[in-house]
Amino acid sequence: MAEPLAHAASHDHDHKPHGWRRWVYATNHKDIGTMYLIFACTMFFIGGGMAMLIRLELFKPGLQFFDPQFFNSMTTMHALIMIFGAVMPAWTGLANWMIPMQIGAPDMALPRLNNFSFWILPFAFTLLLSSLFVPGGAPAGGWTMYPPLVLQTGASFPMLIFSIHLMGASSILGAINVIVTIVNMRAPGMTLLRMPLFVWTWLITAYLLIAVMPVLAGAVTMLLTDHFFGTTFFTAAGGGDPVMFQHIFWFFGHPEVYILILPAFGIVSEVIPTFSRKSLFGYEAMVYAVASIAFLSFIVWAHHMFTVGMPLAAQLFFMLSTMLIAVPTGVKVFNWTATMWKGSLSFEPPMLFALAFLFLFTIGGFSGLMLAIVPADYQYQDTYFVVAHFHYVLVPGAVFGIMAGVYYWLPKWTGRMYDLKLATWHFWLSAIFVNVLFFPQHFLGLAGMPRRIPDYAVQFTDWNMVSSIGAFGFGLAQLLFPYIIWKCVRSGERVGKKAWEGAHGLEWELPSPPPYHSWTTPPSDAVIARGAAH
Amino acid sequence: MMIRAKLAPLALAAAAASGFPSAEAESGWGQLNMPRGVTEISRKIYDLHMEIFWVCVAIAVVVFGAMIWSIITYRKSRGAIPDGTLVHNTKVEFIWTVVPVIILIAMAVPAARTLVEIEDTTKTELTIKVTGFQWGWQYDYLDDGVAYYSRLDPKSDAARELLSGIDPNTVDHYLLNVDHPLVVPVGTKVRLLVTAADVIHSWWVPDFGVKKDAIPGFVNEAWFRVDTDKPGLYRGQCAELCGRDHGFMPIVVDVRSKADFATWLKDKAAEQKHAAAPPTAPAATPAAAPADAASPPGATAS
Repeated sequence: MAEPLAHAASHDHDHKPHGWRRWVYATNHKDIGTMYLIFACTMFFIGGGMAMLIRLELFKPGLQFFDPQFFNSMTTMHALIMIFGAVMPAWTGLANWMIPMQIGAPDMALPRLNNFSFWILPFAFTLLLSSLFVPGGAPAGGWTMYPPLVLQTGASFPMLIFSIHLMGASSILGAINVIVTIVNMRAPGMTLLRMPLFVWTWLITAYLLIAVMPVLAGAVTMLLTDHFFGTTFFTAAGGGDPVMFQHIFWFFGHPEVYILILPAFGIVSEVIPTFSRKSLFGYEAMVYAVASIAFLSFIVWAHHMFTVGMPLAAQLFFMLSTMLIAVPTGVKVFNWTATMWKGSLSFEPPMLFALAFLFLFTIGGFSGLMLAIVPADYQYQDTYFVVAHFHYVLVPGAVFGIMAGVYYWLPKWTGRMYDLKLATWHFWLSAIFVNVLFFPQHFLGLAGMPRRIPDYAVQFTDWNMVSSIGAFGFGLAQLLFPYIIWKCVRSGERVGKKAWEGAHGLEWELPSPPPYHSWTTPPSDAVIARGAAH
Repeated sequence: MMIRAKLAPLALAAAAASGFPSAEAESGWGQLNMPRGVTEISRKIYDLHMEIFWVCVAIAVVVFGAMIWSIITYRKSRGAIPDGTLVHNTKVEFIWTVVPVIILIAMAVPAARTLVEIEDTTKTELTIKVTGFQWGWQYDYLDDGVAYYSRLDPKSDAARELLSGIDPNTVDHYLLNVDHPLVVPVGTKVRLLVTAADVIHSWWVPDFGVKKDAIPGFVNEAWFRVDTDKPGLYRGQCAELCGRDHGFMPIVVDVRSKADFATWLKDKAAEQKHAAAPPTAPAATPAAAPADAASPPGATAS
């Protein structure tokens, strides 16, 4: 009699492996999500450390610390690590954790693929980072890898190419998993237009990933054969075309910037309603705006290369299509503002980060609009103005979006509340220093400082010093982040199902922390309706 | 951060009103904006830049104003009750989709006009071929048999070494000075044929409103006409990452009166004719300069 009972009991129990096997053989969406997030955080600090070295050298004119080649390696590696190592894996980590919970599914659709897509990443970045120690140093041709310069890379060249192949493979597998999960695993009653915005933005992001990562893989493969096998895709002397690389690269690269930011739109669209105690304004418009932005992202790529000497008609087309992106982006900003309008606002850390996102991403949007004006772009192109622009959309944009997401869902994941006071400190230090860091870079660029230079004319000294001080402050403030999480996991106060008063959505219908297999039985229609965003 | 977001444009505006110091000014704090420059095109670009800037400021005042108003007024701590009915309003949503479209069209029209002017490379009076190489520029006066190289001046070159011990502040125009500047006349439509010998560079002089990529295998066109009353030295830098010494290949343009230029060109032509061969390259020729011998020589290397 005892045996069948014991068997039943063990069925209740999760069949999870323990010890190192739990992680290496992981197929559970939460375990894999956690690994993605830890990996992203590690890369954030490595890439951030490189940024600190860059700002250290730029603190004053003259070369004090590094050879220019090493400096170029730092700017190149900083970008690759932050984009492919920090921001993208952080989004995949959040997708892993949240999508099954938000759509009423037990797990991701393809758990073994999920394991594989994560475990590719440590290999990709070990390969990339170890290029720092090979003859000739790490890649120094910029993350955009423009030929012919990138073909001058030393022994690290194939390491660069193959690490990008690996990152791309990982992203594509992750994206397939997200799409299959969202399309097939929604609970009955979770119609597409009931899905939370985070799920929507990720669905669209996943399609963008599948569309453009192969393009990048193709471009870098052509670089590889140009370097080793005598092809001349991008070499003018052999009948090739160096500008063609830029077209191919940015056909990947522009959707890529939306890959980095769309999930942040999703998170902000969850956080602002929660802490405004009001539903998201214009839910459907928000979904359509994201879809339009994703579509437009495919037809604006050449605005990254207005100075290469394109025909007039092409420049006009790319100017107009780029300006058009301001319309759906504007709709989003207006809808977030309208969500707060006549709400009942409170300012917990996730809301603070979402608000900073709203203000500072909008500033990045304004400089983006300025950059679209082709004649003006001739002056902005490849200066610190551009550096300021994309850091405004990526740091207080994408990174603050990630912070908002982590602070929003951390109590759900751990079942514990973190130190709100300390997290508020983290917010204010980040928000102040990020502006000290990046706002002066607008001035530097307009005054004529090119980007990617290790040393500069003396009239650029003052604002560079300010920028560097901002960088050190911002960098130090980020150390609070892992400490707050660690403290929360160890000794945070227990929270119930619904960690935030105004929260809606299926994830808040599960206990905190949620069970190992999130929704073993699908939620009822009533529960779904209660959680729906509108 | 909200205060900064609001103040920064004001600071820019104040600076705009007071007139910007030129790129040559020594103090860095006042360097906040794009130079107006010394050509008609550069001024048109500056005006476009300021127009779009003020449009952004105006939108920012409205949008940030609404956000700040909400943050201050609709606080839970002040007892704000959420208005649950406010979730959708077709009329408002239509307006804030259409109004931006109108603003954008209003911006696109003057931008397109200026762009058409910039792209008009007809009726030029002097043609100079500009070839970027690692790391300097070659200037070739195609019709006059004058050609020479232009590199970072020796003083900056000494000071820019790692831990050189030379204070950059003591070097005249640190990193913005060259041994042989490009010489052009005022009031003349000068056409540049821009190309490169090894990797991609970009020829940029902010005061002319000209930035054009120098690409091996391509010949790009650009032009400028400096105001008759604005002779002088104008400085710029390579704007496209081109390897180790990307930060150390400045551009200096010496704009002279037409008469002075004619004299200079005649003397230079005579001097170069005197020398046995056509312009021999300095120690490192463009073709030999690349750090990596495997890199292919540019198709249009001179």
